[in-house]
Amino acid sequence: MPVGALEGLLQTLKGMSITFKYLFVPPVTVQYPEEKRKAPPRFKGRHYLRLWADGTERCIACHLCEIVCPANAIHVVDAPNPKTNPISKSHRYAADFQINMLRCIFVGDCEEVCPVDCIVLSDDYEVSGYTREELIYTKDMLLEKHPGASGRDPMVKRGDGRME
Amino acid sequence: MTETQTPTWAFGLITLGKGLAVLVGLLTAAAYLTWLERRLLARFQLRLGPNRVGPFGLLQPLADGLKLMMKETFLPQEADRAVFLIAPALSMLAALLAFAVIPFGPPLELWGVKLFQLADPDVGVLFVLAVSSLGVYGVILGGWASASKYSLLGGLRSSAQMISYELAVGLAIVGVILLSGTLRLSEIVAQQAEGVWNVFLQPLGFLLFVIGGIAETNRAPFDLPEAEHELVGGFHTEYAGMRFASFFVAEYGHMVVMASVATTLFLGGWDGPFVEQAPLLGLLWFALKVFAFMFLFIWLRATLPRVRYDQLMSLGWKVLIPLALLNLTLTAAGVAALGAS
Repeated sequence: MPVGALEGLLQTLKGMSITFKYLFVPPVTVQYPEEKRKAPPRFKGRHYLRLWADGTERCIACHLCEIVCPANAIHVVDAPNPKTNPISKSHRYAADFQINMLRCIFVGDCEEVCPVDCIVLSDDYEVSGYTREELIYTKDMLLEKHPGASGRDPMVKRGDGRME
Repeated sequence: MTETQTPTWAFGLITLGKGLAVLVGLLTAAAYLTWLERRLLARFQLRLGPNRVGPFGLLQPLADGLKLMMKETFLPQEADRAVFLIAPALSMLAALLAFAVIPFGPPLELWGVKLFQLADPDVGVLFVLAVSSLGVYGVILGGWASASKYSLLGGLRSSAQMISYELAVGLAIVGVILLSGTLRLSEIVAQQAEGVWNVFLQPLGFLLFVIGGIAETNRAPFDLPEAEHELVGGFHTEYAGMRFASFFVAEYGHMVVMASVATTLFLGGWDGPFVEQAPLLGLLWFALKVFAFMFLFIWLRATLPRVRYDQLMSLGWKVLIPLALLNLTLTAAGVAALGAS
């Protein structure tokens, strides 16, 4: 028994030397609200509706995203594009565009199906709110503030991006 | 210098001051040990630990204390009311009382009253042993009075554990007593300060004392009375608020006392370099040695998994106690052959 005890003691010391080494390894903790980690290349965060470089809306209200969405989270209302002062580059445009972020499951099918590369899933993962109503994102919330504001272009390869 | 020269009021005043200082120091130490433990444990696990409340999270113990005070104090329906209330206090009392005889600094005197030791009885070692054994009552009674199976099992385990390991600890201490030929703690330290620290004369005894001490303070890997995974919280499952905090403080206080006793008996107490020139350095040396033990406690917790109950018992009875007896026999033979110091 004393031999076993000695062996146990040595094993303990070995284990302790290993944990002691870890005392000098820098912690992996990210101090979240102050310090944010960059999303991985294929990350799917909140949606944006992109604009053309000239500022007109890409969305042509084709309803494809609405149809493909497995969670029925998207709601699109189309309207004829006004001849003077057109909003999109098609004969229709989205008069209203809503995404219920509480229903959305972030599969990214909408982005895949979009024929004009309008709807994209950005890197923004801070989607939260206090009421259900404020989590139904309306068109003014979804639309890019200026062309390229979403930080995401499906035609540009990002990491080993999915759009090629 | 005898105490008859000291006026009673001066003696009382100094003792009161010392007592307050020790009490405040010990409670603060216990509170900050929780912070230290969480920070260190976090670093062992590549985390940061509490760092939000105050600089480096230093106000965390304060926040914790405040939270615990605001909590509802809960009394289980079936609980034995009186015992349930007394148990945490008893636990804390036992933890704090043992510090009364620890010489935590060199024997400086003010009007014939020792400054860095609350009391210096002839039977200091016995007092420490007796009082630290009292701690088990807090745990057992708390576990029993809660009328909960988890608490009861935790309490039962701790009674078996503390009694088994007390034997090994006691026998390890007897080796030191044989060497020094006195039970007076200040005397034991003074002998080590003049000669060699007891850890070099009693390496086996020191090891046994440390292992037994960890088991007696219910620390990992011997924290079976708490054993979160099996017993929810063990003996303190039904406790909340400040009553729970008392158990918590008692546990950390007990750790400080264990470390202090180990320092006193084996590591030369306040002895250290330059302590003759600047006696106040003794306080620092003592604190450093106690801190080293605390680090060891936390380090062990970060390393070792909890032992199984049968492993705990067979380690105590089949390894530690025989080794302690062997150590005692060798020491006795050595003292008989070479003569006591």
